[in-house]
Formats: sequence, structure tokens, C-alpha cells
Amino acid sequence: MLSRESDATLLNAVTAFIYREARFQDEHQYEAWEALWTDDGVYWVPANGVDIDPEKEMSIIYDNRSRIALRVRQLMTGKHHTQSPQSRLRRLVSNIELLDRQPGGDISVASNSMIFESSLRDDTVWAARNEYRLRHVDGELRMAYKKVVLVNNEKALFTLSFLI
Amino acid sequence: MNVMPRASQWKELIRADRVHGSLYSDPAIFEAELQNIWYRTWVYVGHESEVPNANDYVVKSIGPQSVIMTRDEQGRVNLLLNRCSHRGNQVCSYDRGNARSFTCPFHSWTFANDGRLVGYAFPDGYEGQDKSQLALGRVTRVESYRGFVFGSFAAEGPTLKEHLGGAAETIDRLVRTSPEGEVEITAGFLKHRVKANWKFILENECDGYHPAFVHSSIFGVADSAIGKLYGGASTALTRDYGGGHTEIDLRPEFRKRDAPMSWFGTTAERLPDYAARMNAAYGDKAAREIMIDGTPHVMIFPNLFIAEIQMFVIQPLAVDDSVQHVTALQFKSAPDLNRRLRQQTMGSVGPAGFLLADDSEMYERCHRGVLARNPEWIYLGRGEKRERTDEHGYKVGHVTDEIPSRGIWRHYRELMEAR
Repeated sequence: MLSRESDATLLNAVTAFIYREARFQDEHQYEAWEALWTDDGVYWVPANGVDIDPEKEMSIIYDNRSRIALRVRQLMTGKHHTQSPQSRLRRLVSNIELLDRQPGGDISVASNSMIFESSLRDDTVWAARNEYRLRHVDGELRMAYKKVVLVNNEKALFTLSFLI
Repeated sequence: MNVMPRASQWKELIRADRVHGSLYSDPAIFEAELQNIWYRTWVYVGHESEVPNANDYVVKSIGPQSVIMTRDEQGRVNLLLNRCSHRGNQVCSYDRGNARSFTCPFHSWTFANDGRLVGYAFPDGYEGQDKSQLALGRVTRVESYRGFVFGSFAAEGPTLKEHLGGAAETIDRLVRTSPEGEVEITAGFLKHRVKANWKFILENECDGYHPAFVHSSIFGVADSAIGKLYGGASTALTRDYGGGHTEIDLRPEFRKRDAPMSWFGTTAERLPDYAARMNAAYGDKAAREIMIDGTPHVMIFPNLFIAEIQMFVIQPLAVDDSVQHVTALQFKSAPDLNRRLRQQTMGSVGPAGFLLADDSEMYERCHRGVLARNPEWIYLGRGEKRERTDEHGYKVGHVTDEIPSRGIWRHYRELMEAR
């Protein structure tokens, strides 16, 4: 384990990273958001619980890096009707915790998020537990993995076409 | 406002080339549909592979009603209503599991997984009571076709085979894509909710007019060959099987390509295990034909949609509230194909899917639109003058024609006028 001091420094950097990611998502800054990913990034939003096997069962999102790029490209066309007009979004992120850090390796982080979405249909509140693996690449933090467990992912969900 | 429909109103609301907007938005019409369609005709409930072992169960639905599909110890599939015969409490609170019996949490009445009441707490107050009169409610008739289990609340009426009619052949076409001739539903369902009437979904499934526009954002960036299938120059067909069952028949396009697995955007060489098993099962010539033709794109009225690689089950909850239950089709003994089916399905459907998010947006906007009073009608006349009859007697037209919607509404009117 690291010392308390360096933990605090790392937590500051991680918190700043997660807040920045949240802002890019809320403000539809798709390319800036995509640039946060490592080349081997995995973006996972499971369905039907916390720990299904995404290699065997259906997930809401289970994107490898090229599919993350495709998702961003679809949003960038401006013709993804469910995001034309774009959802108005604001999210609160809290409970940021460093869970684990291997020397020289990925940093495991968890947080909670509560998202207010206003769209043509109506206003919707989403809540999730987020798990990240962050990595230092060229001196900057990047996301290698993001798992978003929606609190109500066992229920029927309205369209979720913004970046969660 | 909430006036029960009159027997004469259906012919006023449903004309050959147009339907009245209130059919999608009037709560009284929705209630009438529950009685005349959902609680009368054959409705798809689940697949036998979801309850593979004795005592397995999975909770499904018919419209707003919760239905437990069980496999009892004799191996029979039962469709039980999830409602205690005592006070109406739900007897099953989990989505799936394995249980010989269900015990109601309210007063501890216990029912076998074939629906029989096997015991109640403190039985000394029930002297002379005939337990057989207090079983769980059952869906009156249960039949399955090639593993697909359907239920009907009507004691009498057409058999499932009669209900499916010509559309049964599309299910035959689907299952032969497996080297063992069987579909397996094992990947779990995504549940996608839309604030829209269920018939917008029903009609859209075989509407070949919309993909070029609704899905242009993904076709444009994904290097997809799907868009051309629905273009003005496509040789693909729409078909009305009668009985409300409709199809988009893409085989003319796939046969022109003459390349096995082109329907799935890949090649047989990339699926060597699958292709070898297909050749062994059907012989090289027949296997090649199957792998060129691909799986069907068929909407089995009122709620089972098979969309080449995935399956949708439409569930109406209220006049303006519906759920699309979606999953990847899985074919027995085809693991390399199944993996790709799951990956592609996850990308395209569900709340965040590249395709279905936009379809669902259209349903919700249409629903808000029909609340407007003028014009009052939905126009469905595309291709009316050029529709023709195929060699089997079914109406066919160009892939972009509205033959499927007209067929659905013709059948709908018959069902709604029946009482």
C-alpha cells in the first residue's frame, strides 16, 4: 500500500479526472470523452444485476475500443435521432474511493453517480455505481475500463442514448 | 372520454389505406384490445430452452399479466398466472429459478409447479373444501411450435398451427440455421421501455420504408451493407401471411450475392466450425442454400418478432406504455456463430442500441403526434396499387411498401369485430 500522503495526492488526481469525464459526458463533448480512453478500453453497462458474464449474456453496453469509437461516431453524425435534440444532462458524482493500486499498474476506483436527464420524452433520473480502472499513459490518467451498474438494471429502462 | 368502443366503430376507424389515430391513443380501445387480442388469440410467452430442467421456472407475461412458465416433474411446460387463488398476492417474486412449488408469502398457501394447490396453513378451518377448485390460474391453452411456447386464454379457437398459418414456415427457416435444428434462448433479455402504444412497434418491425432514414446515422459510420437491402432499388419483398403475420423477405438480395453467411455480414470461412457442422448436418448443397438465405425477418402477430439475429417480445402495459424484451438468438451446436450473434445484438438493440434507440424515439414521437386532432388519420397506402399475390397466395410488394401494416390492420379489425 502507498503512504497516506501519496494516496491523498492520487485521490485528488483521480477525482479531477472523474469530474472532467462527467463534464465531457454532460456537455456532449464526445471527442474529448473518447480521448480519455486507453487503446484497450472496455465500456460495460450490465443488465440484470451486477455480475452477469458479458461474454455469455446480454448487456446494455459492452463496447470494446473500436465500438466505443463507433458509438462516438454515431453521436457525431448529428442524425442519431434520440440525441437530436441532445438530452440535457447534469450528474453528481460522489463517494469516490481508491480501491486498489498495483505499483506501476492500473488504479481501481469506484464512485456513485446520479444523473438528471431531460429529453423530449420527459425528465428521467438515473443512478449508478461506477467502477473504473485508470492508468497513467504519458503522464496523464486514462480509462482502461468503466463499468456502470445502473441501480434499476433489472427493470425495463427507457432509451439511454447519452454517455452514461 | 373513456367510452367503450361500439361494435360498428372498427370499420369506421380502419379503412383499406388508413387508420384512425385514436386506435393508438384511446385507453378504451386499449382495454378492448386486451380482451379481444391479448386474452383471446395465441400470444408468444417463452421458449422451452429457458426451462431446460425439471422444476425450472421463468416469469413471463401476457400483456400486463405476470405468467410463470414452469417445467414440472413430468417435463410438461405450464403457464400459470402469478396470482394466489386466496387473496391475489404474487406467488413468485423472482425472475427465474428452480422450484417444485411456490408458497404465497401472505398466508402460506403452497402450489405445485403444475398449479395444483397442495396445502394451506392451519388447514383445520377448511373442512370439506375441494382443493382442486383453488388451483393457480392457468393460461387456458398452451402449445409450442419448434420450442416456441404460445398461450391462449380462449378455451376454443384455432389451434396454434392454424394461427401461425403460412408464417410457421418462417420458424422452420429459423431453426434450420442450427446444425441441430434448434434455437436456444440463453443470453438473458434486455428490457427496453417506451412511452408509446404497442402497435407502433408491431408495425415498425416489418416496415422496410424507415431504415434508410431512421438508421442513417449508424449505416453511415458502420460500413454496413444493411442500408442497401431497404433501398429503392432493392429486390427484397414485404409479405402479408394473413393472420396479422408479416415478413420482410430479404432472400432475393442474399441470393443475388450468392455468398454463404452474407446475410450476417460475414463469410463461412470466418465461421469454420459452424460451416463444417452445417455441411455435416444438411449436406453441402442444402447447407449452402441455408447459409445464403439466412434467417427470417418476421413479425408473428401480436408479439413475437424474429429479426434475423435477435428476438423481440412486445409487451403492452398501458395504452402509452410498452416494453420490448430483446435477446440474441442462439443456435444449438453453433458456439462460434452464437458469440457473434450476441455481440451484434448487444450493439444494435436495448436502451443504448445503435438501432433500437432511434426506432424507440420514433415510436414515442409518433405517439405524441397522434394525440393531435388534425389530420386524424395515419396514411398507409404506400404500394397499394402495385401489390401482387405470390405463388402461395400471399400479398407481396416492394420492401418499402406498407403491405405489412395493411395486413396487420385487416387482421386486427377481424379480431376486434369478433365480439
